[in-house]
Amino acid sequence: MIETRKWLPWLALFLAMAVPVIAAAFSPYLAWRRPVYIIAGFAGIAGFTLMLAQPLLANGMMPGLTRFKSRQVHTWLGGLIVAGVIIHVIGLYITSAPDVVDALLFSSPTPFAPWGVGAMVAIFAAAGLLMLRNRIRPRHWRLAHTLLVTAAVIGTIVHVLLIEGTMEFFTKWLLSAAVLIALAIAVFQLQRRVRR
Amino acid sequence: MSSTPVTRRQIIATGGAALVASTAPLIVPAQAAGLAPTPTMRGGANNYRPGAPIVERIGGGGFLMTGTVRRAGDGAPLANQRIQIWAHTTEGYESDPQSHGATLTDANGRFEMDMPQIVPAFGQAHGHLASENDGFKTVFLRPVMASPRLTTLHANFILEPV
Repeated sequence: MIETRKWLPWLALFLAMAVPVIAAAFSPYLAWRRPVYIIAGFAGIAGFTLMLAQPLLANGMMPGLTRFKSRQVHTWLGGLIVAGVIIHVIGLYITSAPDVVDALLFSSPTPFAPWGVGAMVAIFAAAGLLMLRNRIRPRHWRLAHTLLVTAAVIGTIVHVLLIEGTMEFFTKWLLSAAVLIALAIAVFQLQRRVRR
Repeated sequence: MSSTPVTRRQIIATGGAALVASTAPLIVPAQAAGLAPTPTMRGGANNYRPGAPIVERIGGGGFLMTGTVRRAGDGAPLANQRIQIWAHTTEGYESDPQSHGATLTDANGRFEMDMPQIVPAFGQAHGHLASENDGFKTVFLRPVMASPRLTTLHANFILEPV
Protein backbone atom coordinates (compact mmCIF):
# COMPACT_ATOMS: atom_id res chain seq x y z
CA MET A 1 0.00 0.00 0.00
CA ILE A 2 2.83 2.36 0.81
CA GLU A 3 4.25 1.66 -2.65
CA THR A 4 0.90 2.47 -4.26
CA ARG A 5 0.69 5.71 -2.30
CA LYS A 6 4.06 6.66 -3.65
CA TRP A 7 3.52 6.09 -7.33
CA LEU A 8 -0.16 6.92 -7.64
CA PRO A 9 0.28 10.74 -7.38
CA TRP A 10 3.10 10.56 -9.93
CA LEU A 11 0.96 8.52 -12.31
CA ALA A 12 -1.93 10.96 -11.84
CA LEU A 13 0.35 13.93 -12.52
CA PHE A 14 1.87 12.24 -15.56
CA LEU A 15 -1.56 11.43 -17.02
CA ALA A 16 -2.91 14.92 -16.28
CA MET A 17 0.04 16.36 -18.19
CA ALA A 18 0.25 13.80 -20.99
CA VAL A 19 -3.42 13.45 -21.98
CA PRO A 20 -3.86 17.07 -23.17
CA VAL A 21 -0.64 16.79 -25.22
CA ILE A 22 -1.74 13.47 -26.77
CA ALA A 23 -5.21 14.89 -27.52
CA ALA A 24 -3.61 17.91 -29.22
CA ALA A 25 -1.38 15.57 -31.23
CA PHE A 26 -4.50 14.06 -32.81
CA SER A 27 -5.80 17.44 -34.01
CA PRO A 28 -6.81 17.28 -37.69
CA TYR A 29 -5.43 20.80 -38.18
CA LEU A 30 -1.86 19.50 -37.80
CA ALA A 31 -2.14 18.16 -41.35
CA TRP A 32 -2.22 21.75 -42.64
CA ARG A 33 0.69 22.98 -40.54
CA ARG A 34 4.41 22.85 -41.13
CA PRO A 35 6.86 21.53 -38.51
CA VAL A 36 7.96 24.95 -37.20
CA TYR A 37 4.36 25.97 -36.49
CA ILE A 38 3.59 22.59 -34.89
CA ILE A 39 6.70 22.78 -32.68
CA ALA A 40 5.73 26.32 -31.64
CA GLY A 41 2.27 25.14 -30.63
CA PHE A 42 3.50 22.13 -28.69
CA ALA A 43 6.21 24.16 -26.93
CA GLY A 44 3.37 26.34 -25.64
CA ILE A 45 1.28 23.33 -24.62
CA ALA A 46 4.28 21.74 -22.86
CA GLY A 47 4.96 24.93 -20.93
CA PHE A 48 1.32 25.03 -19.86
CA THR A 49 1.28 21.39 -18.71
CA LEU A 50 4.47 21.97 -16.68
CA MET A 51 2.57 24.67 -14.80
CA LEU A 52 0.59 21.85 -13.18
CA ALA A 53 3.72 20.25 -11.68
CA GLN A 54 5.26 23.51 -10.48
CA PRO A 55 3.07 24.34 -7.44
CA LEU A 56 3.06 20.68 -6.35
CA LEU A 57 6.87 20.56 -6.42
CA ALA A 58 7.30 24.00 -4.84
CA ASN A 59 5.19 22.80 -1.95
CA GLY A 60 6.87 19.38 -1.69
CA MET A 61 3.58 17.62 -2.31
CA MET A 62 4.94 14.89 -4.57
CA PRO A 63 5.97 11.71 -2.68
CA GLY A 64 9.48 10.28 -2.77
CA LEU A 65 11.28 13.62 -3.02
CA THR A 66 12.91 15.48 -0.19
CA ARG A 67 11.81 19.09 0.11
CA PHE A 68 15.23 20.18 -1.20
CA LYS A 69 15.12 17.80 -4.17
CA SER A 70 11.56 18.84 -4.88
CA ARG A 71 12.57 22.50 -5.05
CA GLN A 72 15.50 21.59 -7.29
CA VAL A 73 13.19 19.84 -9.77
CA HIS A 74 10.88 22.87 -9.51
CA THR A 75 13.77 25.10 -10.60
CA TRP A 76 14.66 22.86 -13.55
CA LEU A 77 11.08 22.70 -14.73
CA GLY A 78 10.86 26.48 -14.36
CA GLY A 79 13.79 26.68 -16.79
CA LEU A 80 11.94 24.35 -19.15
CA ILE A 81 8.85 26.59 -19.04
CA VAL A 82 10.99 29.61 -19.94
CA ALA A 83 12.55 27.61 -22.79
CA GLY A 84 9.06 26.54 -23.92
CA VAL A 85 7.88 30.16 -24.08
CA ILE A 86 10.96 31.19 -26.07
CA ILE A 87 10.52 28.32 -28.57
CA HIS A 88 6.79 29.14 -28.78
CA VAL A 89 7.40 32.80 -29.66
CA ILE A 90 10.30 32.15 -32.06
CA GLY A 91 8.38 29.36 -33.83
CA LEU A 92 5.35 31.61 -34.27
CA TYR A 93 7.61 34.42 -35.48
CA ILE A 94 9.07 32.16 -38.18
CA THR A 95 5.53 31.09 -39.14
CA SER A 96 4.07 34.59 -39.39
CA ALA A 97 6.25 37.48 -38.26
CA PRO A 98 3.65 40.27 -38.59
CA ASP A 99 1.19 38.44 -36.33
CA VAL A 100 3.84 38.02 -33.61
CA VAL A 101 4.97 41.64 -33.91
CA ASP A 102 1.31 42.72 -33.51
CA ALA A 103 1.02 40.54 -30.41
CA LEU A 104 4.22 41.85 -28.81
CA LEU A 105 3.12 45.45 -29.48
CA PHE A 106 -0.32 44.72 -27.97
CA SER A 107 -1.99 45.62 -31.27
CA SER A 108 -3.11 42.13 -32.27
CA PRO A 109 -6.72 41.63 -33.40
CA THR A 110 -6.87 38.37 -31.41
CA PRO A 111 -8.17 38.77 -27.84
CA PHE A 112 -5.86 36.07 -26.46
CA ALA A 113 -2.60 37.64 -27.66
CA PRO A 114 -2.21 40.26 -24.87
CA TRP A 115 -2.92 37.58 -22.24
CA GLY A 116 -0.19 35.41 -23.71
CA VAL A 117 2.30 38.26 -23.87
CA GLY A 118 1.41 39.28 -20.30
CA ALA A 119 1.91 35.70 -19.13
CA MET A 120 5.27 35.58 -20.94
CA VAL A 121 6.46 38.71 -19.12
CA ALA A 122 5.27 37.29 -15.78
CA ILE A 123 7.01 33.95 -16.46
CA PHE A 124 10.29 35.67 -17.33
CA ALA A 125 10.01 37.89 -14.24
CA ALA A 126 9.17 34.94 -11.95
CA ALA A 127 12.20 33.05 -13.27
CA GLY A 128 14.43 36.13 -13.27
CA LEU A 129 13.61 36.64 -9.61
CA LEU A 130 15.95 33.72 -8.99
CA MET A 131 18.86 36.16 -9.38
CA LEU A 132 17.58 38.07 -6.37
CA ARG A 133 17.19 34.92 -4.27
CA ASN A 134 19.87 35.85 -1.76
CA ARG A 135 19.45 39.59 -1.90
CA ILE A 136 15.94 40.03 -0.59
CA ARG A 137 14.16 38.55 2.40
CA PRO A 138 12.75 35.06 1.80
CA ARG A 139 9.30 36.26 2.81
CA HIS A 140 9.37 39.07 0.23
CA TRP A 141 10.91 36.84 -2.39
CA ARG A 142 8.18 34.24 -1.91
CA LEU A 143 5.46 36.88 -2.08
CA ALA A 144 6.88 38.37 -5.30
CA HIS A 145 7.35 34.93 -6.88
CA THR A 146 3.81 33.86 -5.89
CA LEU A 147 2.25 37.03 -7.32
CA LEU A 148 4.19 36.68 -10.58
CA VAL A 149 3.39 33.00 -11.10
CA THR A 150 -0.27 33.64 -10.26
CA ALA A 151 -0.33 36.32 -12.95
CA ALA A 152 1.45 33.91 -15.31
CA VAL A 153 -1.06 31.12 -14.62
CA ILE A 154 -4.12 33.36 -15.07
CA GLY A 155 -2.69 34.94 -18.22
CA THR A 156 -1.79 31.55 -19.67
CA ILE A 157 -5.21 30.03 -18.90
CA VAL A 158 -7.12 32.90 -20.55
CA HIS A 159 -4.68 32.72 -23.50
CA VAL A 160 -5.23 28.97 -23.87
CA LEU A 161 -9.01 28.99 -23.48
CA LEU A 162 -9.53 31.70 -26.12
CA ILE A 163 -7.35 29.99 -28.73
CA GLU A 164 -9.01 27.83 -31.33
CA GLY A 165 -7.27 25.02 -33.17
CA THR A 166 -4.30 24.04 -30.98
CA MET A 167 -5.55 22.21 -27.84
CA GLU A 168 -8.72 20.13 -27.63
CA PHE A 169 -11.74 21.61 -25.87
CA PHE A 170 -12.22 19.29 -22.87
CA THR A 171 -8.56 18.65 -22.09
CA LYS A 172 -7.72 22.34 -22.09
CA TRP A 173 -10.57 23.19 -19.72
CA LEU A 174 -9.72 20.29 -17.38
CA LEU A 175 -6.00 21.13 -17.37
CA SER A 176 -6.81 24.79 -16.72
CA ALA A 177 -8.95 23.83 -13.71
CA ALA A 178 -6.25 21.45 -12.43
CA VAL A 179 -3.50 24.09 -12.72
CA LEU A 180 -5.61 26.67 -10.89
CA ILE A 181 -6.49 24.23 -8.09
CA ALA A 182 -2.86 23.07 -7.69
CA LEU A 183 -1.71 26.70 -7.49
CA ALA A 184 -4.43 27.62 -4.99
CA ILE A 185 -3.64 24.66 -2.72
CA ALA A 186 0.10 25.33 -2.81
CA VAL A 187 -0.28 29.05 -2.09
CA PHE A 188 -2.71 28.34 0.76
CA GLN A 189 -0.51 25.67 2.36
CA LEU A 190 2.70 27.68 1.97
CA GLN A 191 1.06 30.68 3.58
CA ARG A 192 -0.08 28.59 6.52
CA ARG A 193 3.34 27.07 7.03
CA VAL A 194 5.02 30.46 6.86
CA ARG A 195 2.65 31.91 9.46
CA ARG A 196 3.22 29.12 11.96
CA MET B 1 -58.44 88.31 -22.38
CA SER B 2 -60.78 86.19 -24.33
CA SER B 3 -59.49 82.87 -25.36
CA THR B 4 -58.86 82.48 -29.08
CA PRO B 5 -60.41 79.33 -30.37
CA VAL B 6 -57.76 77.03 -31.83
CA THR B 7 -58.93 75.37 -34.98
CA ARG B 8 -58.12 71.86 -36.01
CA ARG B 9 -56.33 73.25 -39.05
CA GLN B 10 -54.03 75.31 -36.82
CA ILE B 11 -53.16 72.31 -34.67
CA ILE B 12 -52.27 70.25 -37.69
CA ALA B 13 -50.24 73.09 -39.20
CA THR B 14 -48.23 73.81 -36.04
CA GLY B 15 -47.83 70.14 -35.26
CA GLY B 16 -46.66 69.45 -38.78
CA ALA B 17 -44.22 72.32 -38.67
CA ALA B 18 -42.88 71.15 -35.33
CA LEU B 19 -42.45 67.64 -36.68
CA VAL B 20 -40.54 68.88 -39.70
CA ALA B 21 -38.41 71.16 -37.54
CA SER B 22 -37.56 68.38 -35.09
CA THR B 23 -36.64 65.74 -37.65
CA ALA B 24 -34.98 67.96 -40.21
CA PRO B 25 -31.77 68.51 -38.23
CA LEU B 26 -31.53 64.75 -37.75
CA ILE B 27 -31.94 63.93 -41.40
CA VAL B 28 -29.65 66.56 -42.88
CA PRO B 29 -26.35 65.51 -41.22
CA ALA B 30 -27.23 61.88 -41.82
CA GLN B 31 -27.49 62.60 -45.53
CA ALA B 32 -24.35 64.69 -45.47
CA ALA B 33 -22.25 62.01 -43.74
CA GLY B 34 -24.01 59.12 -45.46
CA LEU B 35 -22.56 55.65 -45.22
CA ALA B 36 -19.37 55.68 -43.16
CA PRO B 37 -16.28 54.07 -44.74
CA THR B 38 -15.13 50.66 -43.46
CA PRO B 39 -12.00 51.10 -41.35
CA THR B 40 -9.01 48.79 -41.83
CA MET B 41 -9.08 46.01 -39.23
CA ARG B 42 -6.19 45.30 -36.88
CA GLY B 43 -3.83 42.81 -38.43
CA GLY B 44 -5.78 42.97 -41.70
CA ALA B 45 -2.70 43.70 -43.82
CA ASN B 46 -0.58 40.87 -42.35
CA ASN B 47 1.03 38.75 -45.08
CA TYR B 48 -0.47 40.95 -47.82
CA ARG B 49 1.18 40.60 -51.25
CA PRO B 50 0.77 43.80 -53.27
CA GLY B 51 -0.44 43.14 -56.80
CA ALA B 52 -1.41 39.47 -56.40
CA PRO B 53 -2.78 38.27 -59.76
CA ILE B 54 -6.46 38.07 -60.65
CA VAL B 55 -7.42 34.40 -60.63
CA GLU B 56 -10.45 32.27 -61.49
CA ARG B 57 -10.13 30.50 -58.14
CA ILE B 58 -7.45 30.02 -55.50
CA GLY B 59 -6.06 26.47 -55.60
CA GLY B 60 -8.62 23.69 -55.75
CA GLY B 61 -11.47 25.70 -54.25
CA GLY B 62 -14.28 24.34 -52.08
CA PHE B 63 -14.67 27.34 -49.76
CA LEU B 64 -16.55 30.47 -50.82
CA MET B 65 -15.51 33.99 -49.89
CA THR B 66 -18.20 36.54 -50.79
CA GLY B 67 -18.66 40.26 -50.28
CA THR B 68 -19.78 43.64 -51.56
CA VAL B 69 -18.03 46.90 -52.35
CA ARG B 70 -19.88 50.21 -52.06
CA ARG B 71 -18.96 53.88 -52.04
CA ALA B 72 -18.98 55.77 -48.76
CA GLY B 73 -21.64 58.45 -48.53
CA ASP B 74 -24.29 57.41 -51.05
CA GLY B 75 -23.67 53.65 -50.79
CA ALA B 76 -23.52 53.20 -54.56
CA PRO B 77 -22.25 49.72 -55.56
CA LEU B 78 -18.81 49.89 -57.15
CA ALA B 79 -18.06 47.74 -60.19
CA ASN B 80 -14.62 46.50 -61.31
CA GLN B 81 -13.02 46.96 -57.92
CA ARG B 82 -9.99 44.77 -57.29
CA ILE B 83 -10.21 42.70 -54.11
CA GLN B 84 -7.28 40.55 -52.98
CA ILE B 85 -8.09 37.54 -50.81
CA TRP B 86 -5.75 35.30 -48.77
CA ALA B 87 -5.85 33.00 -45.75
CA HIS B 88 -4.25 30.01 -44.07
CA THR B 89 -6.00 27.16 -45.88
CA THR B 90 -5.69 23.43 -46.40
CA GLU B 91 -3.38 24.30 -49.32
CA GLY B 92 -0.98 26.76 -47.75
CA TYR B 93 0.05 29.47 -45.32
CA GLU B 94 -1.02 33.10 -45.52
CA SER B 95 2.48 34.03 -46.62
CA ASP B 96 2.55 31.50 -49.51
CA PRO B 97 2.05 33.12 -52.93
CA GLN B 98 -0.41 30.37 -53.98
CA SER B 99 -2.67 31.30 -51.04
CA HIS B 100 -3.31 34.72 -52.61
CA GLY B 101 -5.64 35.71 -55.43
CA ALA B 102 -7.55 38.76 -56.58
CA THR B 103 -10.94 39.21 -58.19
CA LEU B 104 -13.07 42.09 -59.55
CA THR B 105 -16.52 43.17 -58.42
CA ASP B 106 -19.46 42.81 -60.83
CA ALA B 107 -21.89 45.57 -61.86
CA ASN B 108 -23.71 45.22 -58.51
CA GLY B 109 -20.50 45.66 -56.52
CA ARG B 110 -20.44 41.97 -55.57
CA PHE B 111 -17.44 39.66 -55.59
CA GLU B 112 -16.84 36.03 -54.78
CA MET B 113 -13.83 33.75 -54.72
CA ASP B 114 -13.68 29.99 -54.70
CA MET B 115 -10.73 29.07 -52.51
CA PRO B 116 -9.45 26.17 -50.34
CA GLN B 117 -10.99 25.58 -46.90
CA ILE B 118 -9.79 28.07 -44.29
CA VAL B 119 -8.29 26.38 -41.22
CA PRO B 120 -7.61 28.01 -37.83
CA ALA B 121 -4.25 29.77 -37.78
CA PHE B 122 -2.81 31.82 -34.96
CA GLY B 123 -5.76 30.87 -32.80
CA GLN B 124 -8.63 31.89 -35.06
CA ALA B 125 -10.12 30.69 -38.34
CA HIS B 126 -9.99 33.91 -40.32
CA GLY B 127 -9.56 35.35 -43.78
CA HIS B 128 -7.87 38.44 -45.16
CA LEU B 129 -9.19 40.81 -47.83
CA ALA B 130 -7.69 43.93 -49.32
CA SER B 131 -9.36 46.52 -51.50
CA GLU B 132 -6.54 47.93 -53.64
CA ASN B 133 -8.11 50.47 -56.02
CA ASP B 134 -7.19 53.83 -57.53
CA GLY B 135 -9.44 56.62 -56.39
CA PHE B 136 -10.23 54.97 -53.07
CA LYS B 137 -8.41 54.52 -49.80
CA THR B 138 -6.93 51.02 -49.45
CA VAL B 139 -8.77 48.96 -46.83
CA PHE B 140 -7.68 45.67 -45.21
CA LEU B 141 -10.25 43.38 -43.56
CA ARG B 142 -9.70 40.34 -41.34
CA PRO B 143 -13.09 38.66 -40.79
CA VAL B 144 -13.19 35.81 -38.25
CA MET B 145 -15.28 32.70 -38.86
CA ALA B 146 -17.92 31.92 -36.20
CA SER B 147 -16.83 28.27 -36.48
CA PRO B 148 -13.91 26.64 -38.30
CA ARG B 149 -16.42 24.14 -39.77
CA LEU B 150 -18.10 26.82 -41.92
CA THR B 151 -17.40 26.77 -45.64
CA THR B 152 -18.23 30.41 -46.43
CA LEU B 153 -17.12 33.81 -45.20
CA HIS B 154 -18.53 37.22 -46.06
CA ALA B 155 -16.99 40.68 -45.96
CA ASN B 156 -18.26 44.11 -46.99
CA PHE B 157 -16.23 47.13 -48.05
CA ILE B 158 -17.43 50.73 -47.97
CA LEU B 159 -14.69 52.70 -49.66
CA GLU B 160 -13.71 56.28 -49.03
CA PRO B 161 -12.92 58.26 -52.24
CA VAL B 162 -9.55 60.02 -52.19
